[in-house]
This record gives sequence, structure tokens and C-alpha cells, in this order.
Amino acid sequence: MKAYDIVIIGGGPAGLAAAVSAKEKGVDSILILERDKELGGILNQCIHNGFGLHTFKEELTGPEYAARFIKQVLDLGIEYKLHTMVMDISHDKVVTAMNREEGMFTIQAKTVILAMGCRERSRGALNIPGYRPAGIYSAGTAQRLVNREGFMPGREVVILGSGDIGLIMARRMTFEGAKVKVVAELMPYSGGLKRNIVQCLDDYGIPLKLSHTVVEIRGKERLTGITIAEVDSKGKPIPGTEEDYDCDTLLLSVGLIPENELSRGAGVEMSPITSGPLVNESLETNIEGVFACGNVLHVHDLVDFVSEEAGAAGRNAAAFVMGERRTSQGREIKLNPIEGVRYTVPSVIHPDQMDDKLTVRFRVGNVYKNCYISVYFDDERISRRKRPVVAPGEMEEIKLEREKLLSYPDLKTITVKIEEA
Amino acid sequence: MEKRELICIGCPLGCPVTVTIEEGQVVKVEGNTCKRGDDYARKEVTNPTRIVTSTVTVEGGKDVTVSVKTQSDVPKGKIFECVKALKGIVVKAPVHIGDVIVANAADTGVDIVATSNVDEK
Amino acid sequence: MYDVIIIGAGVSGAAAARELSRYQVKACVLEKEEDVCCGTSKANSAIAHAGYDAANGSLMAKLNVQGNKMMAQLSKDLDFEFIQNGSLVVCTEEENRPGLEALLERGIKNGVEGLRIVEREELVEMEPNISDEAVAALYAPTGGIVCPFNLNIALAENACANGVEFRFNTQVEEIERIQGGYRLKTNQGDVEAKCVVNAAGVFADEIHNMVSEKKITIIPRRGDYCLLDKTAGNHVKRTIFALPGKYGKGILVSPTVHGNLIVGPTAIDIQDKEGTNTTRAGLDEVITKCANTVKNVPLRQVITSFAGLRAHEEGHEFLIGELPDAPGFVDCAGIESPGLTSSPAIGCMVAEIIKGILDLKENPDFVGTRKGILNPETLSMEERNALIKEKPAYGNIICRCEMVTEGEILDAIHRPLGAKSLDGVKRRTRAGMGRCQAGFCSPRTMEILSRELSMDMMEITKSGGKSSFVVGTNKDQI
Repeated sequence: MKAYDIVIIGGGPAGLAAAVSAKEKGVDSILILERDKELGGILNQCIHNGFGLHTFKEELTGPEYAARFIKQVLDLGIEYKLHTMVMDISHDKVVTAMNREEGMFTIQAKTVILAMGCRERSRGALNIPGYRPAGIYSAGTAQRLVNREGFMPGREVVILGSGDIGLIMARRMTFEGAKVKVVAELMPYSGGLKRNIVQCLDDYGIPLKLSHTVVEIRGKERLTGITIAEVDSKGKPIPGTEEDYDCDTLLLSVGLIPENELSRGAGVEMSPITSGPLVNESLETNIEGVFACGNVLHVHDLVDFVSEEAGAAGRNAAAFVMGERRTSQGREIKLNPIEGVRYTVPSVIHPDQMDDKLTVRFRVGNVYKNCYISVYFDDERISRRKRPVVAPGEMEEIKLEREKLLSYPDLKTITVKIEEA
Repeated sequence: MEKRELICIGCPLGCPVTVTIEEGQVVKVEGNTCKRGDDYARKEVTNPTRIVTSTVTVEGGKDVTVSVKTQSDVPKGKIFECVKALKGIVVKAPVHIGDVIVANAADTGVDIVATSNVDEK
Repeated sequence: MYDVIIIGAGVSGAAAARELSRYQVKACVLEKEEDVCCGTSKANSAIAHAGYDAANGSLMAKLNVQGNKMMAQLSKDLDFEFIQNGSLVVCTEEENRPGLEALLERGIKNGVEGLRIVEREELVEMEPNISDEAVAALYAPTGGIVCPFNLNIALAENACANGVEFRFNTQVEEIERIQGGYRLKTNQGDVEAKCVVNAAGVFADEIHNMVSEKKITIIPRRGDYCLLDKTAGNHVKRTIFALPGKYGKGILVSPTVHGNLIVGPTAIDIQDKEGTNTTRAGLDEVITKCANTVKNVPLRQVITSFAGLRAHEEGHEFLIGELPDAPGFVDCAGIESPGLTSSPAIGCMVAEIIKGILDLKENPDFVGTRKGILNPETLSMEERNALIKEKPAYGNIICRCEMVTEGEILDAIHRPLGAKSLDGVKRRTRAGMGRCQAGFCSPRTMEILSRELSMDMMEITKSGGKSSFVVGTNKDQI
């Protein structure tokens, strides 16, 4: 059986950044396993601009952003395999993979970095009633068809869900000659970034209907129309508010789900909130030497933060391999997300293992205006940051300093919450 | 005096920006958290511009399309003309990031360039 | 002129065709859709019922029990998935216990083996997630679950291999009596046969009424279902029914042969024979009522919902036989639940009738076995690697949710009566049937179909007809 110090599952933005940082830290035995025909993952179909402001201080398209990391991987001589599907990861870090040339094979890894990304929620998960004709796509599937294959999925489009991919596809389909009639969003706020509403919908006069959902799907062979209706505060359609739209295409942009079937198989403990692994300050799961980063850990809005997080995972995995890691002698501080904060990544911190500065990322459960993001060390408020608005569609963060944590030797819990002004 | 509320699209933060205009001149920009927001707001109320991204067909490549963008932002009113300039364009592999696909698209003075690499088949 | 034309390539028609192919017969199946298994046969509970439900002495009871007994051997002969997981009819109110006793008695009279009443204590041991209200249940160890697609496809492929012709996209519009048989006018021209088998599912009344003065009415009775992710597949081990009410068997909760959990159906009589649309009310009913027998059904794990139409005939009885006023015309109508279970027996019965009419001779070349699409997951790693070495397509995963390889998809396309659409591939290989519901694999499967069948991408459909997936190329209309 072949052996590697670090096996990275997935060659998308997370996997690439993790590989680069691990290599730069000094680990040579690294293997990236990628199921697609190329490195770069979903970025290759995200041809719009807006990537890289944080990482490269310039605005790039998805393929350009990916190309920069791919170049680093190639320049550093990091090994990778394409067209290779990982079938299983065992508890003791034996990775079973398969491709056309080598068949099924196993690799013993010292550490595994989970970087499988996420998938889109499907219509089925929403239980939208109606027929099941052709013409209903997840926004990402349509994005692949249009951007990578040059095919139009349809001419007259309704989009359900205001996630970023849906907003981006509203503009893309418009450019390529389709008529996008409306974007309906179940929640009273958008799931996507504000700037995408401006530059993908407002610019083209595409209406966004908040608190609306699709209540009927028509068409036995190909989609012929849908009905949307307003929903009440519990998300239930309000009778009498139905509006019919003729359309041949319904795109769904209704959420992303971290793709953790392999993680579960390995015995990784999961968070019911993020559907991703529970990790500590090193982005390490409950299985020693198994790390996670990027959208498989929790769904991000910005690839820049994926790269940053994955870079940390790569460094931590390298430290583990090189035996540099400070041992955690039991002291463990729990992060406690409450009052509007849905989760935090990481969920526990071993202060003796953490870097000098640690970014804790989280999402809020609702839209809060003029609020504070407050951090408490046990009962003592440590910081309070004013925010004009926070929303579930935009990931938030706080920074913690190691020095500070060490100066609280009895600290048990760090609470993060939203406080109204 | 006119006040316009904008959402800055300069970066993903999406800052709400208020622009005060007097006699056609921008006199004040508020709400932005960086220089980019100020630039964006001034431009948006006088001459709004956007980067346009799309794809064109590739022949003989490992992919059948290559992604493209306007090298810099173009006036909003020229967006569809820029897209139209790409209709029917077929390029031969290999294509590299930065290759000019259409020069001076729609008379904007801006080139449309490739944003991905497509190797030969 | 054909000896026999079978109208409908659903499970009844396919079973009849397969049983007829045991004889020297020139037979043809006409199907209005683009593939086999496109109507009621593809959208049902996928249950091999034990046979305690149908009325004593009914044809339904007889064929159900007979079909159930045939299923295990048939699944081996024709290589489709069947698991005898047993079923439980759960009584949740002490005062309804007589209903359970009556069911037991009826089952015994119908010839169902192994039936017994289990009390709450044993029931909880058997099924820890059974409702807290459950007081007792009728346990039927012969109850089973089956892959409805592969049962239907296997029967059709085996019929085809034994010489039965299949014509798709062929809809019967009129039937005329001619000398020594019938002329069927279809959208693809006329065909003639000495005998006609009417296995047209919810349309069986229309076909019947073309030749007979004694009219029948088939009412499409819609059932909505939810299918849950494989992570929910172990929620129950057996098929859990509620004590039957006025409409059918109530909401069942069952594992499927592929490890998902299925919940449903409703029972709503409708007009539209293609009205396979789920409704909010229907899905809500499924979601609410499944809790009557099973607790904590993880409904957040729903991956898709669908509706099927039972071909309900007023008398709630299978109508199988030669029509007195139309010699040589054999009905196979009113095949609603337990039709899937009964199908092997239905096929035998129909073949017997035709044999009697045409005095058929045995087909000495009949081969009663068929190999299904190889599932590489059933192989050892060595076997699998040998396969990949020989056929590298088996090393290429196309559907990552169900781990379906390109090799399996190629097999599905190129075997007799092969897949021509995405749904055709899906029913044969499960590609696209998993938790992402084809979001990932559909463009890839389309490419394979396009390449293998030399079809333009614009011609690739979800399920034939106008169900195309892509409608043009970028900028073609600007």
C-alpha cells in the first residue's frame, strides 16, 4: 500500500490552498485526489468576477483565481491525481480511491484533509409539489451547462432561492439571451450577497420577491409554468396570493449542503447545524490527524476565506506530520454560540495548540440591524463590535488572541452572541 | 441637492453608501468603509460601469468553451453590445489567460480577454 | 400478422410477454412511451405484498399469493433486487384489534404462510421506532420489497431475448375487428394480430372500450410518496402498514431494496390519466400520517417526492380474461395494488389464456434467465480491478451519490431494450436517483447518451417526447 504524509480529498479551492500551505511548511509527501478532469473545482464554472480581492488584492474571475493556486501547486511539484474518486476513508486513515487507469487502490495517510466541498439542495429536499418535467435544474447544474458546455437550459426562466449562484445565473442567462422573469425567495431576506442583488438583478430589472415560494410546477414533459405565492411568517403559502408564470426553466438556488458522506464513513463527528465536521482550533476533527476545510466544513460565501481557512488546515496538518504540534494537556475551551449566532467554526479551542491569532467564523440566524457582535469569556464581556447589519447570507467572524486566552487560566466557555443596540 | 442610496459592489461587504449630488456634482459620499467605496459611488452616479463576463466556443481544445471578461469595466449601457460582440466567435486551442479574444469590444476601447486556459486536445 | 400484440410495456405487459415467449409465438409489445416501465409500474410502493389484504376467493387474492411465492425464484432467474424483509400491519388502538384478527383470518384463508399477531413487546423489539401507540401488529414474514424498475425491465429484456418484439412511442388509437383477429391503428401505422392483450394500465378502459360493448371504467387513483435518503434507510427493517382504512392500505413506511426509506401513498381519485403531479395536501398527508405507525421518521432527509396512479376499477378486482364479445382480445385490466406483486402470476395467467386460444407449442429455445447490469459494488476488490483493467469505464464514477460507473451506464444503453433517456438510465442504473437528484451527473450522463447513441445534445431527453434538457446554444437568440 502506498503511503503519504498528507492526503487531500478534493482539488478545489480548499484542497489546493491546503496543499500549498502544507508544502510551504515543509511536508513533501502530499497527494491531492480530485474526481473531476481538472484541478480548481467549482471555480472553473464560476466565470464571473469578484474573487480574490482579499487574497490577491485584485478582482479576478473564478477560473483565474483557481489558475493562480493551480500554478502554485504545479510549481511546488505537489502530486495530484485527476478523474479519481475517493470511495472510502477508514477510521485509521486508509483512503480507498478509484480511477480508470489504476482501478481501485488504497493509500495509507498520516493525515487526511477533507476538502470535498458541498452540493446543492435539490427540489426533492424542498418538497415542492407538482409534476416532474424536464426544465428544473439546480443553479449550479445550469451554470455548468451554460459556462462549460455552451448549452442553454431554457429560454424563460424563474429562479427559486436567492443564493449567490442563483443571482449570478440570473445575469448569466440574461446575457446569453434568456428572459429571467422573477427570483422568488422564501425568507424575508436574501440568501445571497447584497452586491449580487445589485449587479445581477437590479442592473437588469429582474424582480426579487422576498417571502415567496413556488407552490406548483406545471408541464408533463418539459416545464410549462409555475405558480409562486407569498408565505406567512412560518413559511406557509398564503392562499389568494398565487401568481402564475409561464416559463420553461426553473432554477433552484436554495442552499448548499457540505458533502460529508466520506467523513461520516470515517466516523467523523458532525455538527447538525453546519452539516460539516465538528473541529477544534486546528480544524481537526474528532479523529486525530483528520482535518477539514472549505465548504465541506461549513458553507462559505467567499472563496478568499476558503483559501485562508484551508491554508490553516494545511499548516496544521503539516505541523502534525512534523511532530511540531504542542500537545494539548486537557485544557479545552468551548465556544458557545447563542442568541442569534447559529454555530462557530471551530467549536472548541485548545489554547496551547492555537496560533497566535485565530479567526472564528460563524453565521447568524436572522437579519439584525444596528447590533453588536459580543464575545464573553465565561461571564465577562471581552469585546463588542458594532455592526449596522448582519444577515444569514453573509458569514461573520471574530478574532481571538492566544495571549489573551492564556491570561484567563480558568476560562471554560467563550460565548459569541448578537446583542441588540 | 439630491441624495442617492447605493450598495457598493466593490467587494463582497456590500456597504450601504449615500451619495450627495449638487448641480450634477458629487459633493459627499458617506457609509463607505474604504476608498473603493468612494470611487464606486462617484462613478455609479455619473458613469456606471461593469465588468462583463461570458464564454466563447473553442475548437480543438480539452474544453469546448473558454471563459472571457472585459479587461476592465465598461459603461453599463454597453454591456449587451459587448456580449453581442462575442456571438459566433470561435477560437482555436490552445487558449491562455489574458489572450485577447475581441479587441476594442463594442467600441469601448476595452479588450475582451480569456480568463481560463484551454489546452489542445 | 402477429399472433399476439400486447398493449403496454408496464410490468403486466412485460410479464405476459415473457411468459408467452415460452411458446412458439410471433408477439409484439406496443408501448406509447419511449421505454418500458413508464407508467404505474415505475411509481408505486415497490412492495411484494404477502396477500392478506384481498378478499377471500378473489382473483386478486389468488394472484397476489401466487406472485409473492414466485418472486424469490424469479429474482434469481432474472437478476433483479428482491428482499423478503417481512411486513407488519400495525394496530394503534385496542378497539381496532378485531380488524387485525380479521386480517389474520383472511390471510390464512388466502393461503398466506407464517402469519401471526405480535404483541407490543415483541413488536418494539422487532422495530424500535414503532409508534408508542402501537398495541399489536399482524406479522407477515413473506412480505417483501422489490425493485419495480428492474422487475419490469428484466421481464421485458427476457421476453425480448426470447424473440418478442417491442415497439416504443407507439400509441394505439383505434382497434378494428378483422378476419381472424384485430387491426390496431397506431400513430406509427397499422399492425395486425390474432390476439390482443390489453395491459394498458390506467388506459386499459379506453383500449377495452374500443372492442367491447360491456364498458369498463378505470379511475386513476393517485398516490403521493416521499423518498428519503439512505441515511434514513434503517429507520425500519420491515414494511410497516397501518390497519387498512377505506382507501387502500394507508401510509406505509418501508425500506427499499436500495436502502432508502419510502413513505406513502395517499389515495386520491382523479380524472387526468397522466395526473402524476404531487400536491401540497398530498405530501402533507404523507408527512403527517406516517407518524401514526412509525415515530421520528427523519423527514428532513426527503430527497424526492413523486406520485403514481393506481389503475383502479370500480369492483376492485383484477379483470383478466378473454372478452366474451371480442374473441381473442384478452383484458389485463384493473391491475392496481397488489399488481406489482401479482405480475409474475398475471403473466402466467395471460399466457395460459392465449395458449388456449392459439394452441401454442413450446419454444424449445426459451432461456428463462437473464443477467442484469453488473453492479461493481458486489465484486471483491480483485474482481473489480480485473473488470476495470478489461473495461476502464468501470473505473469512472458518473453518479457520485449512488456510485454508478460509466461502465454500468454503457451497459444500460447498449443492452437489448436499452436506455435512450436520462430517466431510462436512471431506472436501470440508479444514476441520478440519489441525494443530489442528478444535479451532478445529468450533464455527464447526457454526454454519454449523446456520444453512444450519436444524438445531438438537444435531442437528449429526460423521458422522451418533448422533455429535452437543453434547448439551444449560448447566444443563439441574441
